[in-house]
Amino acid sequence: MEKQTPGFSWLLIMAWRDSRKNLSRLLLFVSSIIMGIAALVAIYSFANNLRDDIDKQAATLIGAHIAVHTNKKPESKIVSQLDALGNKRSYEQSFASMVYFQKSKGTRLVQIKAIEGDFPYYGKIESKPASASTTFRNKKEALIDKTIMLQFNAQPGDSVKIGDVTFKIAGILQKAPGQTGISASIAPIVYIPLRYLEQTGLSQKGSRINYNYYFKYDNPEKVAAEVKRITPGLEKEGLDIRTVETQKKDTGRAFQDLTDFLSLVGFVALLLGCIGVASAIHIYIREKINTIAILRCLGVKGSFAFLIYLIQIAGIGLIGSVLGAASGVFIQQVLPEVLKDILPLDITVTTSWEAITEGILLGLFISVLFALLPLIAIRNISPLNTLRIAFAENENKNDYLKIPVYLLIVLFVYLFSYFQLHSWIKALYFTLGVAAAFLILVGLALLLTKAIRRFFPTNWSYLWRQGLANLFRPNNQTVILIVSIGLGTAFISTLFFIQDVLIKRVTLSASANQPNMVLFDIQTGQKEKVEALTKEFELPLIQKVPIVTMRVEEINGRTAAEAKKAGSLGIPPSAFNSELRATFRDTLISSEKIIKGKWTGSVKSLEDPVYVSLEEGHAERSKLKIGDSILFNVQGALISSIVGSVRKVDWNRVQTNFRVLFPAGVLEEAPQFHVIMTRVSSPQVSVAYQQAVVRNFPNVSIIDLDLILSVLDEVLGKIGFVIRFMAAFSIITGVVVLIASVLISKYQRIQESVLLRTIGASRKQVRAITAIEYLFLGGLAAGIGILISVVASWALSKFVFETSFQPNMVPVLVLFVAITALTVAIGLFNLKGILSRPPLEVLRREV
Amino acid sequence: MINIEFVDAILQVKNLGKTYSSNGKALTVLNNVSFSVEEGATMAIVGPSGSGKTTLLGLCAGLDKSSTGSVELNGIALDKLNEDKRAQVRNLYIGFIFQNFQLLPTLTALENVMVPLELRGEKNVKTAALSLLDKVGLSSRINHYPAQLSGGEQQRVSLARAFSNNPKILFADEPTGNLDSDTSENVVKLLFELNRDAGTTLILVTHDIELAQKTQRIVRIKAGTLFSDELVNVPG
Repeated sequence: MEKQTPGFSWLLIMAWRDSRKNLSRLLLFVSSIIMGIAALVAIYSFANNLRDDIDKQAATLIGAHIAVHTNKKPESKIVSQLDALGNKRSYEQSFASMVYFQKSKGTRLVQIKAIEGDFPYYGKIESKPASASTTFRNKKEALIDKTIMLQFNAQPGDSVKIGDVTFKIAGILQKAPGQTGISASIAPIVYIPLRYLEQTGLSQKGSRINYNYYFKYDNPEKVAAEVKRITPGLEKEGLDIRTVETQKKDTGRAFQDLTDFLSLVGFVALLLGCIGVASAIHIYIREKINTIAILRCLGVKGSFAFLIYLIQIAGIGLIGSVLGAASGVFIQQVLPEVLKDILPLDITVTTSWEAITEGILLGLFISVLFALLPLIAIRNISPLNTLRIAFAENENKNDYLKIPVYLLIVLFVYLFSYFQLHSWIKALYFTLGVAAAFLILVGLALLLTKAIRRFFPTNWSYLWRQGLANLFRPNNQTVILIVSIGLGTAFISTLFFIQDVLIKRVTLSASANQPNMVLFDIQTGQKEKVEALTKEFELPLIQKVPIVTMRVEEINGRTAAEAKKAGSLGIPPSAFNSELRATFRDTLISSEKIIKGKWTGSVKSLEDPVYVSLEEGHAERSKLKIGDSILFNVQGALISSIVGSVRKVDWNRVQTNFRVLFPAGVLEEAPQFHVIMTRVSSPQVSVAYQQAVVRNFPNVSIIDLDLILSVLDEVLGKIGFVIRFMAAFSIITGVVVLIASVLISKYQRIQESVLLRTIGASRKQVRAITAIEYLFLGGLAAGIGILISVVASWALSKFVFETSFQPNMVPVLVLFVAITALTVAIGLFNLKGILSRPPLEVLRREV
Repeated sequence: MINIEFVDAILQVKNLGKTYSSNGKALTVLNNVSFSVEEGATMAIVGPSGSGKTTLLGLCAGLDKSSTGSVELNGIALDKLNEDKRAQVRNLYIGFIFQNFQLLPTLTALENVMVPLELRGEKNVKTAALSLLDKVGLSSRINHYPAQLSGGEQQRVSLARAFSNNPKILFADEPTGNLDSDTSENVVKLLFELNRDAGTTLILVTHDIELAQKTQRIVRIKAGTLFSDELVNVPG
């Protein structure tokens, strides 16, 4: 028995012959992956563009060759050292303060940047009029962020009072170097010339001021050596040095995280699509059983039959990936617009062939990988199917090859997520998370179909019974639709819930007797006058807190430099870095609870040890434990202390909470400023009170909870937009899978629809059965998605945001109705072609 | 019961049995069937519905493995081969004709006839396929898909395909079962003509006694066992 075997070209020809009449259906199957590939190509291209732009624009983010930053006024020897750096120098002091718009009488907390010199040397401060960004520097003028100009309806030429000085508004600040839309919302910037800062009275001792120095070199090649030379000395003094290179690295790292996150979201959409493909191919192969059996009868080996269909899927996967990549290039144009509020730089959109190639290869690979499960079943299709033998066994349910395919899928998801997350553990969590989400959805879908079957309402009318029964009858699409639509719904609805939780948390803290206005930066001499003014407005003084700024000098007898050198000590450098704001009292307040050690409320004599209490997170981050000694530098005076207790602090309350709490009897005489909290009952009183405070005490800043709410709303809106945009890929994939599944089931259901019509069912009845089936399907899918989102949001609220969860069901109900209606609409649209033509014509055409 | 055995048999069936498992119960469809078929002979397997005649055809053609006994086709013991090897045997030595034609729906008439030859890795298969389609009177329909052909035309394409690989033995399962009487007559005439010209062994399964009587020998199956085996038209 000798025989030549057909070559690969014959397999290609057969793959083409077999698929040419099904091309549109195959394209429909693979359309499920188009959105996923599009998302990934767009994000990869965007990431590549971003990387190039960071390289090109890093200098404009920092604005100079070197930037030096500190939150402690540098000593004169440091200042003289800094004065010797660079060929051009700029100097900036920035801090939070109130501004008062004289025309509208509006007040608002802003970020003041008092500047001297020509900063930025790279990039520019964008203003309207453009010349204002230069002219304000030489006059008593201010450049004010566009958001607050709009809020107070202010125009260039109007006046604004900052501290004790009234400035003319030179222009509207459109964009500052490195500023993003979100940072502008949180802390809108007001530029003033540095030389007027003193006169404003805002730079008094104790004020929380950031000092920034910017240097430009005529010969940039010198920069690296210069940085190497100055870094040890400046870092020892607690100054932070940034260069174009470190900025590149930091920005790159930050946005690597962003693009990795976006890629994972895109990947979820792709996985969803792949499950759609696998399900569609499963049905396709089921329809091809007879064709495969004929081929086997004629002498085609099982492996050849498998290859014929593998080639088809690969070909169609390639087409889908190319279409996806092309859509991705289009979406890439939109991404910078979507992300503009969180990007500190301008993104140039250029086609990234690297991203396109990656996307196409990924699409091809993943469509074949997921199609393998139904494809390997081909090997087991018996030629007996050509005969009329009822016992023919088509599929070997225990096909050993399924195990390596499943393993390959899990491995692929794991490796893909690893390359996005760069951590084996995180990748494992992501893979487990995705697997859990899919398994929960599949499990619930199976449970539901079983439950419907078990508790089938036999007394319902025929139309309802038929529609409901379609959910569990052979060739149903229940599981795949519930997984895809359910996941998309869960995604979107979780987003709604969490946004609501965050907003509510702030709103709740404003309720009852909680303070809703915080006045800070009150000097000791102003304290009583501010209290008197508050009483004048008949407002309660809910809390009065002294604040003392200090630095950590030594921990357990080691300085920062020593701790850094002897890394084995386990004290992180950050324990020394930042300036601390501490308070002192003899009792704990309601938001605090001792969890370790013992709280000591006061120090009787100067000789007694000072037991401080640390906030739990601060103690953990600084690796400090009970009994450790800390030497604090309180603006020149050194105070020894011992960690006496660790507190759990509820940061969610509108209260002044502190990382370090001193007992009474130690810091009373230290330089300090004060915070007062009150509750303002109406917006009118709030405006009048704020105006009075700013007018009388220009250095005092006010945090208005209403303002925080509106800022939070805006920021969440901007971040939410990005997440919604990404979730849209999942939703669109879900809809495509839905359309594809409905169209596929059309082939499954067509014969019975025609049969129903042949035996006398009216169009209305066939339409009703279809509508009922998709009503159940859409409703169940959306319902399960929302159910999952409720559980996920509850878990997020409880464990991440540590707050209660009371879902606002209105937007989610709208989502439920919309998705159910869409499902029914697609199902009915699909029926159109079948109902409008005579039954026989439909059968000849479609079957 | 007559037991006809041939020394130079193309098909040798010995003690053949087939048992399926249905809902955990064993169901014997075929039991202890033995016969042999001489090369070039024509034979009909007849019997009532559910008697096991199609199962017997499937086992003889190597589409399935027997539970007991053996099938030897052209000297090859089919039960000792795996499915891929049996597929090779089918391609080299067997032709098939089915009740519902079983043409590949996405291939044209011409392509359907070409496939068995292409599978053998043969070149210039188009000429041979065209000649066969001409013989069955379908040279004007070569580019039509099965769905565009009538039942009779489809069965004629099926005939052309069955003979395309010059099979040693042809298995026909109710070849006229889906055709009206006029069309049936033409197809049967064509089947026997082609068979005679090619000198192929023909085994057909049918309900139709009239058709069965056109063969040289009739094997009757009843409840899975061989009931009778008689020579009806001895060539001469």
